[in-house]
Amino acid sequence: MKELHFNDIADKIAKMCIDAACILEDDITSAIDMALELEKSPLGIEVLDQLKENAVIAREEGIPICQDTGMALFFVEYGEDVKIKGGLLNDAINEGVRKGYQKGNLRKSIVNDPITRRNTQDNLPAIIHTALVPGDKLKINFKIVGAGCENMSRIRMLKPTEGIKEIKKFVVDTVKEGGINACPPLIVGVGIGGNFEMCAILAKKSLMRPIGQPNKRMEIAALEENLLKEVNNLGIGPAGFGGRVTALAVHIETHPCHIASLPVAVNLNCHASRKKTLVL
Amino acid sequence: MAKIKITTPLADKVIKNLKTGDKVLISGVVYTARDMAHKRLVEVIESGERLPFDLKGQIIYFTGPTPAPPGRVIGAAGPTTSARMDSFSPVLIKKGLKGMIGKGPRGKEVVDAMKKYKAVYFAAVGGAAALLSKRIKKSEVIAYEDLGTEAIRRLEVEDFPVIVVNDVYGDDLYLKGMKRYAR
Repeated sequence: MKELHFNDIADKIAKMCIDAACILEDDITSAIDMALELEKSPLGIEVLDQLKENAVIAREEGIPICQDTGMALFFVEYGEDVKIKGGLLNDAINEGVRKGYQKGNLRKSIVNDPITRRNTQDNLPAIIHTALVPGDKLKINFKIVGAGCENMSRIRMLKPTEGIKEIKKFVVDTVKEGGINACPPLIVGVGIGGNFEMCAILAKKSLMRPIGQPNKRMEIAALEENLLKEVNNLGIGPAGFGGRVTALAVHIETHPCHIASLPVAVNLNCHASRKKTLVL
Repeated sequence: MAKIKITTPLADKVIKNLKTGDKVLISGVVYTARDMAHKRLVEVIESGERLPFDLKGQIIYFTGPTPAPPGRVIGAAGPTTSARMDSFSPVLIKKGLKGMIGKGPRGKEVVDAMKKYKAVYFAAVGGAAALLSKRIKKSEVIAYEDLGTEAIRRLEVEDFPVIVVNDVYGDDLYLKGMKRYAR
């Protein structure tokens, strides 16, 4: 049995929120460098240069990369042999978010109710998905979810006989319709299978992967590559001003599903993919 | 391509010279407003009350900044999605608004109003909020303080970098750019 302390978890979460908001991880900075090599449009190159400069200013001066510091999302792998002293895990996470968003001067973007819409002033509650796993480790994957790209994401329940052709069309159409608003170059997260809610979670989970890391199954990795090419053929380009690089990567996750179903979710992510992982 | 420098408030003469795809550096006063502030501004106009600022010749920047850290004018302040303001913008344009800064395409009703009343839509780069914040020299909440980040702020900006998306001639950078690079 391993013992972790409530306050320690909260403090680490707080730091993780601030770091994620202000410091881009290496996978995204190198993906933008690669995009600069591919991009031909002068405006597109200017946009990518601005993004690079922005990342430097954000890191050096501790200003958030984007003013939309999002809703705080957590995927937690909770080892069976972990015991938390001083409170519940979800409370520790929420306490960390509250502290981090306050201390880091991050924007509080959450309203208490979708209809009456009063700002909660502390960016709570966070969204937390927890899985119980064997072992004595607590793994916390954190992601800042901004609304600009989240709003352009889509789910569709396809017919099983429609297969790969319709899946591809749905992904490409989603980028075509909402891609400009979602702050390209994008990371396109796709969940295929499961059921209605699970395909959305799969799409979101695919965005937690390091950018450009292919799916382990070869045929799915090939589909990712093929879709990336098709998405980039749209010509939307950086910031939507036209160009070769509309997306930095397409990530797909799959899951078994019902004989009558083919659920597909497309979760668009802006270039400012802000995520961090903590293992305790 | 050279960058065009403009200063607010904007005269029609200046606006007519701006073309889709132009790189522009804005200096002077710019007002921030996003979803809830737009809703209130339009309600004020519809009820015949006085607006918190004169719209004539002005630019509205669609942004909700992060809180200003100690010693700073403002926090991160990049553009938000403009389409959410589409149902309100034509009313403001009719009242004399000359420019909007945001990101993403505008609806037909906005593009038509821009053509008719001579206004222009600029895009700033979404997600370049730290860089953009450095071009903001002063910030003061002038209305709807209760809206927090969505309050109306009077900003003074210097060489604030934007691109012309929709000019007064009905051209659209997003359509043009996509057409040119699609394959």
